[in-house]
Amino acid sequence: MIRWVVAAIGLSIAATPVLAADATEIGIGYLGRAGVKPKLSLVELPAENDGVAGARLAIEDNNTTGKFLNQRFTLEEVRLKDNEDVAKAAATLAERTGFIIADLPADDLLKAADTLRDRGALLLNAGAIDDRLREQDCRANVIHVAPTRSMLADALAQYLVWKQWKRWLLVVGSHDQDKLYADALRRAATRFGAKIVQERTFEDTGGARRTDSGVTLIQRQMPTFTQQAPAYDVLVAADESEVFASYLPYRTWDPRPVAGSAGLVPTSWHAAQDQWGAIQMQNRFVKLNSRHMTALDMQAWTAARMIGEATSRTRSGDPKAVSDFLKGPDFSVAAFKGRRLTLRDWNLQLRQPILLVDGRMVVSVSPQEGFLHQVSELDTLGADRPETKCKLR
Amino acid sequence: MRMWRHCLISGMALWLAAASPASAFIAYVSNEKSNTVTVIDTNNWSVIKTIKVGQRPRGIEFTRDGKFVFVAVGDDDSIQVIDVAKQEVVDTLPSGPDPELFALDAEGKILYVANENDNTVTIIDVEKRARLGDIQVGVEPEGMAISPDGKILINTSETTNMAHFIDTATRQIVANVLVDARPRYAEFKRDNSEVWVSSEIGGTISVIDPAKREVTKKITFEIPGLRSEAIQPVGIAMTKDGKTAFVALGPANRVAVVDTASHKVTKYLLVGQRVWHMAFTPDEKYLMTTNGVSNDVSVIDVAAQKVIKTIQVGELPWGITIAQP
Repeated sequence: MIRWVVAAIGLSIAATPVLAADATEIGIGYLGRAGVKPKLSLVELPAENDGVAGARLAIEDNNTTGKFLNQRFTLEEVRLKDNEDVAKAAATLAERTGFIIADLPADDLLKAADTLRDRGALLLNAGAIDDRLREQDCRANVIHVAPTRSMLADALAQYLVWKQWKRWLLVVGSHDQDKLYADALRRAATRFGAKIVQERTFEDTGGARRTDSGVTLIQRQMPTFTQQAPAYDVLVAADESEVFASYLPYRTWDPRPVAGSAGLVPTSWHAAQDQWGAIQMQNRFVKLNSRHMTALDMQAWTAARMIGEATSRTRSGDPKAVSDFLKGPDFSVAAFKGRRLTLRDWNLQLRQPILLVDGRMVVSVSPQEGFLHQVSELDTLGADRPETKCKLR
Repeated sequence: MRMWRHCLISGMALWLAAASPASAFIAYVSNEKSNTVTVIDTNNWSVIKTIKVGQRPRGIEFTRDGKFVFVAVGDDDSIQVIDVAKQEVVDTLPSGPDPELFALDAEGKILYVANENDNTVTIIDVEKRARLGDIQVGVEPEGMAISPDGKILINTSETTNMAHFIDTATRQIVANVLVDARPRYAEFKRDNSEVWVSSEIGGTISVIDPAKREVTKKITFEIPGLRSEAIQPVGIAMTKDGKTAFVALGPANRVAVVDTASHKVTKYLLVGQRVWHMAFTPDEKYLMTTNGVSNDVSVIDVAAQKVIKTIQVGELPWGITIAQP
C-alpha cells in the first residue's frame, strides 16, 4: 500500500518521511585547530565553537530540507592539538565523511588537500583568507568559502574611494600576515585610485594584551605614534595579529577615521547584518548557540549549506557528484547577501559581497555602485580571471 | 429640441461615465520601515490616509467582504485587522512568530500564515480569532497561494528552496517541488493548469503543473545592460483570463510582462526602485506596484502596458491590496 502511494506521487518528492529508515546519510566533517586566536577587545574574543556553530545551524537547515528529500546530514568535529598531524587527521576523517569543512592555517590546509587528493573527499576552506591558496597554491579538491585578503582589501578600498577618502596613512604590524594584508591594501589602493601618503610599521615588542593600567599608557602611545603624518583622510591599519589597531580609533594625533583591522572593518559577515532576510538566520543562530554569529560561523554555515544545496539538486550524497555540481555552471547558493553566490571556475573561490562594519552596525556593502565588471560586479573584489596564477590540478 | 435633448442625454452619459466609480477603488499599501499603511484613492491616485500599524508591516490583504484589511506585522508576531470604514486598527489575530505573507481561503474564513522564524504555516480561524494549528514546512516559509478549487495550499520556503503542496482538508504536505534559490511568491492560474513560483536569488519563475506536481518550465529574464544578479523576481500578478502575467523583478526596477501561453517575456516596464509586490484594480484596468527603495507606488495601465503614474507613499513600501471602497 505504501509502495502504491509512493508510486502515485513518484513524480514529485516523497511527501512524508515514510522512507526515513533508508534515508541517504550525508556526513560532513569539521576540521580545525584547538584553541582560539587572541583579540585585543574582550568583546571580540571568539567562542570555543566559533565556526563549527555555524556549520551546526546549516546542518539543522539542511535536515529540515532533507526530511522532504529523504536525506540526513550529520556533523563530525575534529580539533587538532598543537603537535597533532593534520594529514593523518584529515585522512581518518575522510574515511567517514566525504566532505570536510576546514578552518586551518594555509600550510595545514595544503597538507590536508594533498593527502585527500586521491581519496575523493572534498575540502571546503572556511577559515584561511590567504590569496596564495587560490593562486599559485590552488588545489582542485579545495573550494574556498572564506573571502581572500585581497577581496576584503578591495571591498574596503572601493568604499573609501567612493567616500572620497583617497589619501591613506597605512600602518602595518610586524608579523607576516600583517604584511600580507598590507600587500593587499597597497594593491587595492593602486587598483581603485587611492594614494598611500605614508607607511608606518608598528613593531610588536611583545607584552600582554590585557593589563590593569593599560589605557593610560595607550593614550600616550597612540597619539605620539601617529603624529607628524603628511595630510591624510583615513588611517588604514593592517594588524591581523591583534597587536595595536583597535587602540587607534579616537587616539590618532589628527582627528581622522580608522579603517582596516579596526574602525571600519571589511568582513564576510556580522551579527548586525539584518538585510535580505538575514534576520531570520541571525535569530535561528542565537536560539541554537546563545551567542552572536561571527564571520567564521557564517563561512562554515555557507560551506555546509553549499553541500546541502548540491545534494538536494543532485538528489545524491556522493562526493564526486556533489563536487561536480558545485564546480559546474548550475551551482549557486543564497546566503543572505542580496544576490546569488557562485564559484569562480578558475580557482574555486566563492564570489560574495563584503560587509563593511563598525563593530555595531553594517555601514555599507561592497562592491560599491559604479565599480563595473563585464561578467559579475563581484569580480571587482579580489584577483580576477586575467590575473590568476591558479592552475587547478 | 430633440437635438438638444439628445445632446443633453449623451452629455449626461458622459458626465455619468466620468463620475461613475469605474476606477474608484481603494488601495492599501504596507510600508515596512514606516510602520504605517498608506491608503490610496485610485480615482485620482491620491493618498487619502496614513494609518499607524504595528512593527514591520508586510503581507496585506482585504477580507472577502471588503470591510477589513489584514496586515502582517512581523516584529510584533501578529496580524492586525484594519476596519476600512474607520481606517484604523481595530483588532489583532494570533499568528506564529514573524508572520510575513498569508493566504485567505475562498470563503474568507480561514487564514494561512507563513511564519518565517519557526518553519511553520499557522492556520487561523478568522471569525473565532483562534489558532487552529500549525504545519511544519521548510526553512523560512514565505510565499502562500491557494488553488482555485481550494484543495491545495502552496507554501514556498526560502532556504529549503521548495514549493510545499499542502492538502487543505488534511493539513498534510502531499508533495514538495524543488525550485530555484529563495522562492518568494506563488500564484495559480485561474484554471488551475499552472502554478508559478518566483525565485528571487535564482532569478527565475518555475512553472509547476499542479496535477503532476513537477516543474514543467522555467521562465528566465534578460535585460540588456543589467547583470543577471540584479534580476530578482518576487511578486507575480496574472490577469483573470490567464493570458498575461506581470512579474516584479526587484532591484532590476522593472516589471516583466509575460505571455502565459508561450511563457515568453514580451515587454519590460520601468517602475520604481526594488519593486516587490503588485495588485490589480478589480476591473483589471490598472496594476499597482510597490517600489521598496524609491518609497513609491507605480501605476501601470494594463491594456496599454505603460506606467502612467507614480505615487509617493511611506518608507519601504512592501505589500498592496485593492478593493471596492
